[in-house]
Amino acid sequence: MDKKERRQQAYQRLVEKHSHSSNFAQGLFRAFWVGGVICVIGQCFADLARILFEFTDSQAAGFAGICLIFTTAVLTGLGVFDKLAQYAGGGTIVPITGFANSVISPALEFKKEGFVLGTGAKLYVIAGPVLTYGISTAAVLGLFYFLYGVIFP
Amino acid sequence: MKKLSENVYKVASPVYVSAHYSVVGKMESEGPLADCFDERIEDEKFGQETFEKGESQLLITAARGAIKKSGIPQSDFGAFLSGDLENQIIASSMAARVLGIPYLGLYGACSTMAESIVLGSFIMSAAKEKAVLCGACSHFCAAERQYRFPLEFGCQRTPTAQWTVTGAGATVLGSRKSAIRITNMAIGRVIDMGVTDANNMGAAMAPAAANTLKSLFDATETTPADYDAIVSGDLGQVGHDILLELMEERKLPLIKEKYFDCGLMIFDREKQDVHAGGSGCGCSASVLNGFFLRAIEKGEMKRILFMATGALMSPTSSQQGESIPGVAHAVVFEREEESR
Amino acid sequence: MTYLWCFLIGGGICVIGELLILLTKLTPARILVIYIVAGVILSFCGLYRPIVELAGAGATVPLTGFGYALWEGTRKAIEEQGAIGILTGGLGATAGGIAAAIVFGFITALITEPKAKHE
Repeated sequence: MDKKERRQQAYQRLVEKHSHSSNFAQGLFRAFWVGGVICVIGQCFADLARILFEFTDSQAAGFAGICLIFTTAVLTGLGVFDKLAQYAGGGTIVPITGFANSVISPALEFKKEGFVLGTGAKLYVIAGPVLTYGISTAAVLGLFYFLYGVIFP
Repeated sequence: MKKLSENVYKVASPVYVSAHYSVVGKMESEGPLADCFDERIEDEKFGQETFEKGESQLLITAARGAIKKSGIPQSDFGAFLSGDLENQIIASSMAARVLGIPYLGLYGACSTMAESIVLGSFIMSAAKEKAVLCGACSHFCAAERQYRFPLEFGCQRTPTAQWTVTGAGATVLGSRKSAIRITNMAIGRVIDMGVTDANNMGAAMAPAAANTLKSLFDATETTPADYDAIVSGDLGQVGHDILLELMEERKLPLIKEKYFDCGLMIFDREKQDVHAGGSGCGCSASVLNGFFLRAIEKGEMKRILFMATGALMSPTSSQQGESIPGVAHAVVFEREEESR
Repeated sequence: MTYLWCFLIGGGICVIGELLILLTKLTPARILVIYIVAGVILSFCGLYRPIVELAGAGATVPLTGFGYALWEGTRKAIEEQGAIGILTGGLGATAGGIAAAIVFGFITALITEPKAKHE
């Protein structure tokens, strides 16, 4: 190990000593209850859809997702969602609300750069990678699944 | 201008601060320094359509305020030196478009205020200008959407993260005698100790700050005790603590009561959720012009060492995993006793 | 009973996300990517379906549930339509959510203005 690297490592230790970490227990607790509540709200939407529209389970789950996405759109538009997320962290990022917010917030934010290259393009800035990796993983595993079905009918 | 060491200069033909002006946004006006600033604005866009134009308007207001206070006709200004955090420093260039003073755009990230004063002093003594205008500005909303995420995006800030100050400061350097004189300056070296976390800029800048302080103390044969205040730009809580430790290692311990960080002064960290403190060009620019230069003028302080620190990363370099180059430039301001 | 499990499992999945935020330097975008990929893989292995059956929305609302829907759609489409399902199944099953996010995002951008942020 050369001298420069050693000095950098020593400095890294100094930085860690002075960098306070977040309040752990509080962060986890907030993420837990907000995340849990969002899921329960989703469950309510799904149950309503099952009773009112006689949806199947997967249709109802999709409907619940759309309802939560709509709610996120309203909260993001009102400028409330980021405050909620600052409180809840993982509690709002992990549910579908986080995905929805990641689409809606850049769409809104980059409006001033125009509707095509601003809103239209920047809409996918965070959601794009999510869809890319989700769809690609599903397709690759789907190929395995298909080949398995062909070889062992 | 006399060269004292590799990067430290003594300003031989006197350069004075003729006027200074500061403008800040809403959150800064709710902070502990609220009363020090010359102008406080409520509307974050400053009556403009975009945050970027609003930021430019901040700088224009600060610049015009300083020019007016100095009483020097605008045609006597030889140069306008300024920078900001926006891509291609567009806020400063838009301000220069309105002001019409010969313009040199600077990029030194949050170190810009010191950079502009250092260069301004060089121009003053080289060209025997009557006056030079130095400035810097930053805007939270404009910086956030460029460097991090959209404002409405819900994500948590880490405790080491800093809050970009919405503010601008302008300083008029003049040849006519005034209460504040610039005596020594140090141009910083870029120091990079391998910090890659853009949410911990204080840690990235502290080694550069220590390096600049040491070269200035050595070259001018002074110690921290010789200054009424040693002021760092925006090291924040993390960088502040690290700098204290680094200076102790260098056998030049800073005196805690006389060491200030603009990033820690401008917000009330207990009440305002700004994590490690304020940052941005506007942070040191507004606190220097609003608080410290005023303190010298009033005679509360006689000699201060102002050092603005900059984390010179770009969004691209951060994404590529590059570590952050840190820099710090220092300027010593002294009270000129009136000989009347 | 479903509601209790929904709360506990949903909250638990979010806590794992919060742990990733606190313990690593992962940005939210990366966490979302990790979650969706994890959801697809867990569903492929057959490990996610039991959680969905137990917790309902507690498992489908988190982004892993999006991955679950992607995989379930792919699997069904392959079984019903053969090879073409590899590419059509995933998006088909999640089209509602994706279209909703895009359309609502666009409408929000049309009718509201970005706001300045204080604290």
